[in-house]
Amino acid sequence: MTAAATLAQNLLAQLQDAGAQVVTADILQPAETLLDLYGEDIRARAYVTHDPALGEMMLRPDFTVPVVQAHMQGGAEPARYCYAGPVFRKQDQGRAREYLQVGFELFARDNPARADAEVFARFAQLLSGYDLRPVTGDIGILKAAVAGLDTSARRKAALMRHIWRPKRFRALLERMGGQGPLAAPRAELLRALQVAPCATLLDQAGPLVGLRNEAQIAERVAALLEDAATPPVPAAQIAALEGLLSLSGGARDVARDLRAQGWDALVPALDRLEARLDALDDAGIDTSSLPFEASFGRTNMEYYDGFVFGFIAQRADMPPVATGGRYDALTTVLGQGREIPAVGGVIRPDTLVALGGGA
Amino acid sequence: MMLKLGVPSKGRLMEKTFDWFATHGLTLQRTGADREYAGSVAGVDGVELVLLSASEIPRELAAGRIHLGVTGSDLVRETLADWQAQVVELALMGFGHADLVVAVPKAWVDVETLDDLDAVAAAFRARHGFRLRIATKYHRLVREYLRAHGVADYQLVDSQGATEGTIKNLTAEAIADITSTGETLQANHLKILHDAPVHCSQATLFASRAADWRAVADIRTTLFAKLGVGDVGGLNG
Repeated sequence: MTAAATLAQNLLAQLQDAGAQVVTADILQPAETLLDLYGEDIRARAYVTHDPALGEMMLRPDFTVPVVQAHMQGGAEPARYCYAGPVFRKQDQGRAREYLQVGFELFARDNPARADAEVFARFAQLLSGYDLRPVTGDIGILKAAVAGLDTSARRKAALMRHIWRPKRFRALLERMGGQGPLAAPRAELLRALQVAPCATLLDQAGPLVGLRNEAQIAERVAALLEDAATPPVPAAQIAALEGLLSLSGGARDVARDLRAQGWDALVPALDRLEARLDALDDAGIDTSSLPFEASFGRTNMEYYDGFVFGFIAQRADMPPVATGGRYDALTTVLGQGREIPAVGGVIRPDTLVALGGGA
Repeated sequence: MMLKLGVPSKGRLMEKTFDWFATHGLTLQRTGADREYAGSVAGVDGVELVLLSASEIPRELAAGRIHLGVTGSDLVRETLADWQAQVVELALMGFGHADLVVAVPKAWVDVETLDDLDAVAAAFRARHGFRLRIATKYHRLVREYLRAHGVADYQLVDSQGATEGTIKNLTAEAIADITSTGETLQANHLKILHDAPVHCSQATLFASRAADWRAVADIRTTLFAKLGVGDVGGLNG
C-alpha cells in the first residue's frame, strides 16, 4: 500500500471509531445527475465516458452525490457516514488526476449549529498533527444579504443564482445599482416596446423556430419591462454588500462587526453564525482566533450553501488539504421533494503525505 | 532528416496556402496522379510536404509527427487541451476567416446578449425541466466561453453538421457555429448575439513544440528567415 493509502485507511478507521458508518460508491456514476447539478462546466473537470447501454457515465469526481443518494434511499436519521477511495478530476499540468479522498458526512435535522461544529471539530482533530491553517466562512450570510436588498424578487433571484460566480455576481450588482448605461441592445428593445407591443415585434421578427414559444418570449419581455421600471438598488446597500464580501478576521470579531452594522436582514443568519461559534467553543475550538473569510467557498464549492470550511497547507503550491461545508439545497435537489440537512467534508491524504510530518 | 510541413490536402484552403508560401519564395505543389496525396517543396532544401485533412493537422502537430502545420486557429484551440503548451503560433495567414458565434432564433426579440441568454436559460430550465440546449461541434471553445461569461443552466449537444437546422428540428434551442457571411443563419431564421464572437478564426501557420527540431536546425534557420518568422522559443531542440 502507498503511504497515502495507508493514511487513508488510518483516517477512515478513526472516523469509524467516532461512530461513522463506512459507505462505498461506484466509480462509474451516471453523468446526467452530475451535469444537472454542476452544469456543463463539470465536463471540463470530470472524465466522461460512454456506455453503450447506460449512456454517458462519469468517473466519480467526488463521493458526496452518491452518498447523499444512498442516504435518501432509506438511511436512518441522524446518520454519520465515512468513506475512502480515489476520485478523478481533469487537472492542469502537474496536479494529480487520480487522488484519494477520505470523507465524513453528517445528516441531521436537529441543531444544525451542533452538526456544523461536530464536523469541523472532527476534521480539526484528524488533522491536528499537521501544520495547516483553518479557514471558515458562511454562504448563508451572503444569501441573507442578497435577500435583504431593497429590490425586486426577480433581481434577488438572479443574484442568488450567481453567488458562486463572483465576476458575474459583481456585474449584475453594478447593473442593478444603475452604474453605467444600459446595454445598447436592451435600451433599443425597451424603446421599441414603447412604440409597439411585444406581439407586434414578434410579428416583425419573422417565423419563430424552436421549442421556446411566444408566451415564453412575452413573459420575459414583461419581466424586462418590470426590471426597467425597478429603481436601482440603493448605493449604500451595494457598498454594504461589497464590504461584507471583503470581511475577514477572527470569527468572533467578524460576527461582532456584522452585528454592529445594524443590518436587520442579517440578524437570523448572524444568530445562526453565533450559535455555531458557541457550539464550536463547546467542541473545544478557539473561535476568537478561528479565521473567518466572508468570501470563502464562493468559487469552487458550488453546492455549499451555509457553513464552509477548509484546512490549507502553508505552501501555496498545494491544493487545500481538506474542504467541507453544509449543503442542504443539494439534498433537496437530489431527494426529488425530500430533503435532509447535511454537512460534511473531505481530506486529501496524498497532499498530507506530500507535506510530510503529521501524527 | 527532413523538416515536415503539413498543409490541407484539398480545396480553397490548400490553394490559398500554396499562394501564401509562394509569396515567401517557396513553391508548394502536388505531385503524381490527380488523386494521389503527394507533394513537393521547392525554394528551401530539406522540406517535405505532408498533405493532410485540416482537422487532423492539430493532432499531428501535438504528436510532433510534423514540424509545421497550416490549419484553422479554431481547430487548434478546439482539438488541443492547453494548446499553447503544444504548439506555437508562427503566422496569421490572412485567409480562411470565419467567426465562431452563438446564434438564437431571430424571433427571440428579448435576447440580444449573453446576459439575456443566461436569463432565458434559467427560465427555460424551470419551465421545461431540462437545461437549454446549445448545438455545436466546438465543445471546448464554447464551454470555456460561456463559463468565462458566467452563463449557466445550459447543455451542449453535439452537432457535426447542418447545425443551423437543429433548432427547427427541436433538438436544440440555440447554436454555436462557424460563419463567414451569416447567410445560412439568416436563411434558418437565426441571429447572432451582440457579444464578441467565441473565436475569430483564420488559417494559421503553427509550429509543433514536440517535434524533433534539433535534427533540422539548419533547415529551420533558412526556412524561418524566408518566412519572416523571428526567433521562436520553446521548440524541442
